[in-house]
Amino acid sequence: MAAVRVEAVLAAAEEQEAEKRRSIAVEKELELEYDLGNLLAVDRNPPPAAALRGAGPRREALLRALARDNTQLLVSRLWELPAERAGGAGGPLVAQLPEPTFRLPREKPPPKPRPPTRWEQFARLKGIRRKKKTSLVWDEQAKEWRRRWGYRRAGGDPSRAWLAEVPAGADPEEDQFARLRREKRERVARNELNRLRNLARAHRAGSAVPAAPLHPTGHQDRDELRHVARVARVSTASLGRFQPRLPKESAEPPSRSGGKKRRFEPLLGNLAAERSRQLELLRDMGKKKPVLDITRAVNKQMRQEEAEAAAANKGKKQSKRGKRGRRQQRPGRSGKKSG
Amino acid sequence: LIYCYRKPKTKRAKRFLEKREPKLNENTKNAMLIKGGNANLTVTEVLKDIYAVKKPFAVLYKRKNITRPFEDQTSLEFFSKKSDCSLFLFGSHNKKRPNNLVIGRMFDYHVLDMIELGVEKFVSLKEIKNSKCPEGTKPMLIFAGDMFDVNEEYRRLKSLLIDFFRGPTVPSIRLAGLEYILHFTAVDGKIYMRSYKVLLKKSGCKIPRIELEEMGPSLDLVMRRTHLASDDLYKLSLKQPKGLKPKKKKNISHDVFGTTYGRIHMQKQDLSKLQTRKMKGLKKRPAEKSAEDGGVTPKKLKSA
Repeated sequence: MAAVRVEAVLAAAEEQEAEKRRSIAVEKELELEYDLGNLLAVDRNPPPAAALRGAGPRREALLRALARDNTQLLVSRLWELPAERAGGAGGPLVAQLPEPTFRLPREKPPPKPRPPTRWEQFARLKGIRRKKKTSLVWDEQAKEWRRRWGYRRAGGDPSRAWLAEVPAGADPEEDQFARLRREKRERVARNELNRLRNLARAHRAGSAVPAAPLHPTGHQDRDELRHVARVARVSTASLGRFQPRLPKESAEPPSRSGGKKRRFEPLLGNLAAERSRQLELLRDMGKKKPVLDITRAVNKQMRQEEAEAAAANKGKKQSKRGKRGRRQQRPGRSGKKSG
Repeated sequence: LIYCYRKPKTKRAKRFLEKREPKLNENTKNAMLIKGGNANLTVTEVLKDIYAVKKPFAVLYKRKNITRPFEDQTSLEFFSKKSDCSLFLFGSHNKKRPNNLVIGRMFDYHVLDMIELGVEKFVSLKEIKNSKCPEGTKPMLIFAGDMFDVNEEYRRLKSLLIDFFRGPTVPSIRLAGLEYILHFTAVDGKIYMRSYKVLLKKSGCKIPRIELEEMGPSLDLVMRRTHLASDDLYKLSLKQPKGLKPKKKKNISHDVFGTTYGRIHMQKQDLSKLQTRKMKGLKKRPAEKSAEDGGVTPKKLKSA
C-alpha cells in the first residue's frame, strides 16, 4: 500500500517536472519591450547583480537561464504574428514581420529632390510630355528590326556613311564629311555644356537652402566659405580693419554699405547740410497740411489703375501670351513712371 | 548620379555609383573590421568571429593599419568611403588599453559615434565545439539590464549594437529559421555578450519551448572611452525623408479590438421628407409582425 502511494507521488513529481520542462510560461516583473521588425526585445528588469558577480560556470548558467527566459518571451511573440505557408501547402511557415520601430540613424542623408533642368521647366510650361519610343525600328534596307541606336543601328553605321549630299544653297567646295563631323562635335559639346550648367544650377540651388553656414559633412562651396571667412574677419574688436590678408585675397574689402537703408553719414561731415536737413525736418513736422510725395502718389495711382484693369479683364477671356508676351509687356509699363 | 561631374561611361560603373548614392530606402549597412598596428591574438580572433557572424555584410581587412581612431578619424573615413561601409570595428592592444575594440558608425562617411570597449574574456567560435547555424542568419537581439535605459552612453551603445548586428530588414521570416540569438546583459559596469543557438522543442501548445545551446563568440566587455555625436548631428542622422512615412487615410480609425470605423459626412437632411417606404431595412420581418399581433390566431392548420 505504502509502496503504491510512494510510486504515485514519484510519478506525480516526475510529471510535474516534465510539465515545467515543457511549459512556455515565463514570470517577469516588468514586461519586455518588443520590436518585432528588428527581432529585438529589451528587458528592463535589473538582473541579479550579486549572483552574477561570482565568476565561473555559475554565472554562465545564470546568464543562460536569463537568456532562455527572454528568448522564450520573444519567440512567443513572434509565433503569434500572422503566419502562412509559403510556396503551397507543404512549404515552410512564414510570419509577416511588422515595420521596425526602433529608430536607427541613417547611413547617408536623405536624397534631396533636384530642381528641374531648363528643358524640364520648358516642357512643363508648354505641357510637353515624354513620348514612349519603341526600342526596335524597322530597317527598310536590311528588312529586319534593328535597334534605334547603338550596335547595328537601323540607319547603318554613321561613321561608314560613304555619301554626303551637298545641301541646296551650300558652298560646293566645302567638305561635307568634315562639316558633318564638326557639327556632331559641336552638338556633343553643347549637350555637355548644358548638362554641366544644369548641374551647377542644381548645386547652387541646393546650397542656398541650408541655414547652417558650415555643413557638418564638410562639403562647402566657394561662396559659403567666402561668406564664412568674411564673418570671421569682421568678428574682431576692430571689425576686421587690421586683419592680415592672404597673398591671393583681394586687397580692398567689398563695400560694407550694407544696402540702401543701412547707410549712415560720417559723424563730423558737412555741418551746414546737417543743419539744413534738421530744420527742414522740423518744418515738415510742424506743418498743418500733410506733405505731398509725388513719387508715392503716382505709384499709388498706377497701381489703382492696374487693379481696375485686371478686374475688368477677369470677365473677358484672358489671352495666353506666355512668358515672352508678359516679359515684353513689363518694360512698357515701367516707362510711364515719372521721377 | 545626377551629382556626378564625370558621367560613368559603362553600365557597370553606373550601377556601382547607383548602389552608393543616398536613397530613400537604404541598403543594409556594411561593417569593416580593421586591425590596429599592435593587434594581438585575442583581438584578431574577435574580429574574425564577428566577421563570421556578420557575413556577407562585412569586410575583414587582413593587414594591420597603424591609426588611432580617437585622435585622427580621416583614415577611417577614407576606408569607409572606399568600401562603402558605415559601421566599423577597430581592434588594438597596448599596455594601457589591453584588448581594445572601438566600435563605431558613420553618417555620410564621417564618424558619428565611437565607443571603446575592452575585452576581458573571450570564448571564440572554435573553442565551443558544437554545430553552428548557417551563415547570414538574422539574429534575434535581447538587451537585459536597466543600465541600457538609464545611462546615456549605454543607450547609445545599445543603438550601436542593434545597428551593428541587425542584418538586413526583411518583410517576413521563416519561423523555423529563428536559430540565432545574441544576448547582451549590462551588470555592474560590465556588458556580457553571449550567443546561443535556439532549439525549438515540443510544448503542449502551438508555441514551442525554447532551449538554448551556447554557440558563438561570447565576450565580457567593459566600456572605456566614448566619442558620441552631438545631439543635433544625431538628430540630423535620424531624420527620415517624408516619402517613407505611410500615408494616413482620413476618416478611418481603428479601435482596440481591431474593428475599423469609418466616418461619413452628410449634408443636413429634412427628416420629415424622407421616403421611408422604400427603405428595406425598416420593413417588419414576419417574426416581429407576429410578436406584435400577439393574440391574432395563426392560419388554419391543414388537418391530415
